[in-house]
Amino acid sequence: MTPAIAVENLIVTFGEGPAAFRAVNDVSFAIEPGKSFGLVGESGCGKSTVMGAIAGRLAKWQGDISIEGERVTQRRSLAQRARVQMVFQDPYGSLHPRHTIERTLLEPLEIHGLGDRDRRVGEVLEQVGLPQRFRYRFPHQLSGGQRQRVAIARALILSPALLLLDEPTSALDVSVQAEILNLLKTLQREKGLTYLLVSHDMAVIAHMCDDIAVMREGRFVEVTDRHRLIAGSFENDYTRLLRNGV
Amino acid sequence: MSAPQATRMSLHAWLVTDDVTSARQAKLGRAYRAWRELVANPLAFGGALFVLLLILLAVFAPWIAPYNPNAQDLAAALRPPSGVNWFGTDEYGRDVFSRILFGARTTLYTSLLVVVIVAPIGFLVGATAGYLGGWIDTILMRITDIFLAFPGLVLALAFSAALGPGIENAVIAISLTVWPPIARLARAETLTVRNADYVVAAKLQGARMGRVLWRHIVPICAPSIVVRLTLSMASIILTAAGLGFLGLGVQPPTAEWGAMAASGRQYLLDAWWLTTVPGVAILLVSLAFNLLGDGLRDILDPRNG
Amino acid sequence: MADNASLLQIENLRVRFRTLAGPIEAVRGVSFTLGREKLGIIGESGSGKSMTGRAIMRLLPKSAEIVADRLQFEELDLRAASEKQMQAVRGKRIGMILQDPKYSLNPVMSVGAQIGEMARFHLKVSKREAEQRTLAMLEQVHIRDPRRVYNLYPHEVSGGMGQRVMIAMMLLSSPSMIIADEPTSALDVSVRSQILELLDELIVSRGIGLMFISHDLNMVRSFCDRVLIMYSGRIVETIKASELENAQHPYTIGLLNALPRIDAPRETLAVLQRDPSWLEPNR
Repeated sequence: MTPAIAVENLIVTFGEGPAAFRAVNDVSFAIEPGKSFGLVGESGCGKSTVMGAIAGRLAKWQGDISIEGERVTQRRSLAQRARVQMVFQDPYGSLHPRHTIERTLLEPLEIHGLGDRDRRVGEVLEQVGLPQRFRYRFPHQLSGGQRQRVAIARALILSPALLLLDEPTSALDVSVQAEILNLLKTLQREKGLTYLLVSHDMAVIAHMCDDIAVMREGRFVEVTDRHRLIAGSFENDYTRLLRNGV
Repeated sequence: MSAPQATRMSLHAWLVTDDVTSARQAKLGRAYRAWRELVANPLAFGGALFVLLLILLAVFAPWIAPYNPNAQDLAAALRPPSGVNWFGTDEYGRDVFSRILFGARTTLYTSLLVVVIVAPIGFLVGATAGYLGGWIDTILMRITDIFLAFPGLVLALAFSAALGPGIENAVIAISLTVWPPIARLARAETLTVRNADYVVAAKLQGARMGRVLWRHIVPICAPSIVVRLTLSMASIILTAAGLGFLGLGVQPPTAEWGAMAASGRQYLLDAWWLTTVPGVAILLVSLAFNLLGDGLRDILDPRNG
Repeated sequence: MADNASLLQIENLRVRFRTLAGPIEAVRGVSFTLGREKLGIIGESGSGKSMTGRAIMRLLPKSAEIVADRLQFEELDLRAASEKQMQAVRGKRIGMILQDPKYSLNPVMSVGAQIGEMARFHLKVSKREAEQRTLAMLEQVHIRDPRRVYNLYPHEVSGGMGQRVMIAMMLLSSPSMIIADEPTSALDVSVRSQILELLDELIVSRGIGLMFISHDLNMVRSFCDRVLIMYSGRIVETIKASELENAQHPYTIGLLNALPRIDAPRETLAVLQRDPSWLEPNR
């Protein structure tokens, strides 16, 4: 089976000359369609940079990235962009403060020249469990969890194959986190979505992901799966530290 | 919170609720909040009222003015203020009150034209520089600096002199002095939001620069540009009056406050009203715009939600 | 914790805000006492937990109205205290640790100079003496090379180091009580435990009372002695941290169930069903 995404020998370097900093140092992984892959690590370990390269956010990286078997570079076609969508960490910063929810959701449809806009907006709001009348609200009239649902809706409206989830619940309350994680799981089941989830929270990663990579200083120190993580049977001390907090 | 619509909500509650059910309600609600804040700030509200009054006076000048502003009557020259000529008459016997009213038209026309020219140019230069960065930023901002380096009136004078007198040329000359601060402002605002998640999200979805600037950056920059322009109004009016005073703006016999003050200064000792009245008019209008601008800054500040 | 003399007694504390849509009550009748213990205050955003801490310190915007039947800190009635008395309380007798040290430190002053200034202000000591005390204090919060850190600027220290500096600064004036508002939320997991250990060590050895405000159930459970659970401006449950598992209130139970857990994996997480009756007083 063609993996939904394959990353091989990804290297990302910031800066040049002696001050150059290698944020991602030779990272390779692949995710089967419909599966979830978790990247866990502390701040500055390079996990968000990996995501940035896949999203097409970074101007410079080396290595190979293929999405559904098709190699992509820094320059992407609209069709390639639609295949990969991203959900950001901070639901307060990822929605335009002066756009209504409807405006936010229409934006990708306009960029991609998709028709039947009213129906699509209505549909996607329903999928993320928001009432239709929220269309006319501004972000400041929504709670954090509702905003994150809008951000997920904005990603879904282009029918992507791969969702990049950058700490999607770390800014949310525990009870809201549960709702969002459940929503993400339901959507994955219904639509066969593939997830790449970045988080610092082992419990969230273990709950969501089939395979997990622990990152430190730009490298994978351990690649394991959910069962081994839950059972606590892993080799690396750093993984243990992140899992148990001591 | 979400009371059923059947039990009639008060208009106030309908306007301030977060549970909006239509785009119209959302817009009205925002306007209502802004209105409440404006009313709560007496100085800004006073400024707004005065500006509104000025606009009404200018629009209805032909109906309000008791005399033709350009009708000369040398027999009635230099009459002091009285019940017949409220603000007296000038050296050609023209009614000063009528000329002030028609002068308001010239002033408003000039300043509005300047604003319409300056806002898009300033935004485009500043936002492009801030958004693209790099050498484009450097070039655009150095050009802006060159314009900023000259004192406004001197620059406007030089251009007016080169282009020749007349109201259109005065507008162009004043615009040249007003856009650089707008460009700086637009650049600063753009820099703060160009890496915001919502801008990144639009870019990752394939939005091109034009769309990002128009849809995402304009709504962020607009409030501060509006405030800045309102505050610049005073200096635009003063520069226009200054050009008029020096004979480089509007040409006689069209009424213009600066030119009126200038021609009156020969009679300063005998006919104080010729310079005083246009001077007070300039002062009041500039002050009103400044107060309004200060108020708008508080109201439109995005941090106020 | 044998010492049961209470440091802080609060009865029926209320905080109201005036808004365009009418007054909003952020804290609605909170009562508790704090002894020389580690008291956790748990709640979600908007539960009023931070507001409670700030109301005690009188650090709220002008539009807030604070009323209470009793607000007693040691011998001082905080309701009647003058602004001058409050200044002596803030930072001297009650210390405060906030989430992000970056925003609490002055960016244009070296770390050492800031702590030194604090020492001179509160302890009225000479410049030389202040420097000595600062270095000693930095050592006490387990900073390995106090001399070096003394000269660093806030942007040059890491999050964990910054939080140590904040703790050092606070401890200089020997407060009898500390309010820590999400002190480790901005920190990485590995640093988090070190900061908590440090806080624990210093508090227990000096007999300081700690109000630990957090949204992190797991952390509060392992760190605190006693936990207050706040919901919508009220305390819905008070329980010993070790017995949190046996919580009675449906909200507390709901929170615990909503938490993804490595040791007890589930396919779907329980979603908290909010009951309007939780909003009523005196359940």
